[in-house]
Amino acid sequence: MTAHLSRRTLLGIAGAGAGAYLLSACGSDEPSTPDGPQTINWWHIQNTEPMLPVWAAIAKEYETAHTNVKVVIQPLENEAFKAKLTTATQAGSPPDLFQSWGGGVLKQQVDAGLVKDITADVQPWIGSLLPASVQPFTIDGKIYGVPFDVGMVGFWYNKDLFAKAGITATPTSWAELLTTVSTIKSKGIVPIALAGKEKWPGHFYWAYLAMRIGGLGALQQAAKDNNFDTPDFIAAGTRLKELVDLQPFQKGFLGAEYGSPDGQAATMGNGGAALELMGQWAPSVQASSSTSKKGLGDKLGYFAFPAVEGGKGSVAEAFGGGNGFVLGKNAPASTVDFLKTLLDVANQRKSAATGAVLPTVKDAADAIKDPNSKVVAASLASATGFQLFLDQAYPPAVGQQVNDSVAELIAGSKTPEQIVKDITKVAKSQ
Amino acid sequence: MTPSTITGQRSDDAATELLAADPAATQQRGRRARPRPRRRLGTIALFLAPALVLFLLLVITPIVVAGYASMYKWNGFGLPENFVGIDNFTRAFEDPTFLGDLWRAFVLIGLSLLIQLPVSLGLAMLLNQKLKGRGVYRVIFFAPYVLSEVTTAVLFTLVFSPNRGLGDTLSKWLGADAGAIFADPDTVLFALFLVISWKYFGFHMILYLAGRQGIPQELTEAATTDGASAWQVFRHVTLPLLGPTIRISVFLSVIGSIQLFDMVWVLTGGGPIHASETMAVTMFDRGFRRFEVGYASAISIIMFVLSFVFALFYQRFVLRRDTEGAITNRGVQR
Repeated sequence: MTAHLSRRTLLGIAGAGAGAYLLSACGSDEPSTPDGPQTINWWHIQNTEPMLPVWAAIAKEYETAHTNVKVVIQPLENEAFKAKLTTATQAGSPPDLFQSWGGGVLKQQVDAGLVKDITADVQPWIGSLLPASVQPFTIDGKIYGVPFDVGMVGFWYNKDLFAKAGITATPTSWAELLTTVSTIKSKGIVPIALAGKEKWPGHFYWAYLAMRIGGLGALQQAAKDNNFDTPDFIAAGTRLKELVDLQPFQKGFLGAEYGSPDGQAATMGNGGAALELMGQWAPSVQASSSTSKKGLGDKLGYFAFPAVEGGKGSVAEAFGGGNGFVLGKNAPASTVDFLKTLLDVANQRKSAATGAVLPTVKDAADAIKDPNSKVVAASLASATGFQLFLDQAYPPAVGQQVNDSVAELIAGSKTPEQIVKDITKVAKSQ
Repeated sequence: MTPSTITGQRSDDAATELLAADPAATQQRGRRARPRPRRRLGTIALFLAPALVLFLLLVITPIVVAGYASMYKWNGFGLPENFVGIDNFTRAFEDPTFLGDLWRAFVLIGLSLLIQLPVSLGLAMLLNQKLKGRGVYRVIFFAPYVLSEVTTAVLFTLVFSPNRGLGDTLSKWLGADAGAIFADPDTVLFALFLVISWKYFGFHMILYLAGRQGIPQELTEAATTDGASAWQVFRHVTLPLLGPTIRISVFLSVIGSIQLFDMVWVLTGGGPIHASETMAVTMFDRGFRRFEVGYASAISIIMFVLSFVFALFYQRFVLRRDTEGAITNRGVQR
């Protein structure tokens, strides 16, 4: 047993941050006038079709229109991006324009002075975006980034399997959901697909339940007080336990990934389960990871996370997140203008037409083709409140603890009371 | 003892040459070593420098930096400022996940020593017999070791994929259900051990095989002639003479278990519910997922100290008799 990632490699990684920081002192500043020659270093994570060529074309157009600006694009795979950005930001030299999900990680970058406050620059046009989408990028009243994609989590269901189980109406309350799940299970169908190995899909259940039970205020208050040990959060765990006790998940779900050929999305896309709780990207990932590469097509339906009896939250409140771009501290002057171009209606329509992006610019919503995506976009546009994914909204340590703890609850090794104590302990230590 | 004395003498000369770069060492050994011309010292320094610089930069510096960072509460942005002393270390020893990591490392080491290595030894003895096609067997058994840990992990993910995998299907014919082996907190560690064994038994087998072939035929023949049974030959001739090989193999196995990362990360991510998590996985999670770089550094320092202390003690008390006369010739001279 000789591990290939040796001790010294690991220590090297641990030390890289501090070492690189010292080297970063050599960085140079870009010119501050928009007219001088300048280079925008842009890191995005749309590293595959269909968005990769769209971004490239927009950048090319911009370069033609502004001959003094050069846009250097670095498309990165999601996990590779996170690792690379961690090194770059810890070294104090972030790229000029880069992918962000907002929330707690962005706040750490803001606190470290690595990103630019663009509140004044975007003021003239930020109103054209869905307010909910800008929220994750607003920290202490200041805007640090602009989203190009936003969505929410809801239940995606297989209409055929629902019909087979004799279910005619989608559930509107938690009790109805539990009944629906029992009915489906009694017909020998797997009710719910869940990627237990990745933990984040599990946290959707607990977060949504907390939202429906305690209302958005409860989540905001918890973040402020660093206290999750409240009756509302315990109730969320208890309700989730009711679902888990029905054993609704597919075989081996604790080891299942989300996007692999035997993962959550594939189980749904191949018709192996009736339901999944997932974000707006669910249809496209179901299709790409299914055996037929087509997914469920028009057999796929969507319904909002149901209300909980006696809860303070409303069904119209959305839980989700999106993708956006933030500016590094050394970004050249024309970066904001380029960002504005990325977000204009025409370019948002182009992005939306690919089906991979749900536009944040309200006027571009007509470019959405997929009927299910239209439903998601409409629910989001009419949402009365918005909560960012908890593992992004909170500081990373708290977010990961939420994921870990909910996974423990689902696996049955911790009680609802224990997990709120664990999460609170981590939150208090931040 | 003549041959070993000669070896000792030779390596002693080599060591003196290396130490010659250090004036103090030259002084100490001046009576025995001829004083070197200055020109040669320059050459030694010149050729030693690149390796020394790299070693300092890539091995010593990170250790020092990690040690420094481990005493701070630090999220990795900017410079560490919030000094917390040994808090990160006390936290580690109160963290149920980390304590679990220690226990799991212990279990994996135990299983390796009690099952994996004896099986490898048995196979090596078997393949040392005059068997038809033993070369083919040797290649087949050694083949898994050539695969990278990541490839191995992906492979076994596919084999034990619920409802689809080969292992799942086969186990159903036997009336068992192996499809959930990585998804059940009670079985995952054992499953992980099986994968580790599958990958590394061939490596240990080759080590033993090489060691076995270094044992002169005459010894076993003599024992047999004196009426020793096959078991007695193995127990009293082969096994003692394989000692040095076994001790090295145990050493590699233990250090490997302490540092285990790649395979676990890809295979299970440490889950479900931390049931297969190792120290390195916890360190990665804390450092790169939670941005608790100070705490992650503390974990890496603990891993380093564990490996280092184990290595030192093992060298001192177990490997000493094997290396005596080769490296530690001072003992011989006294």
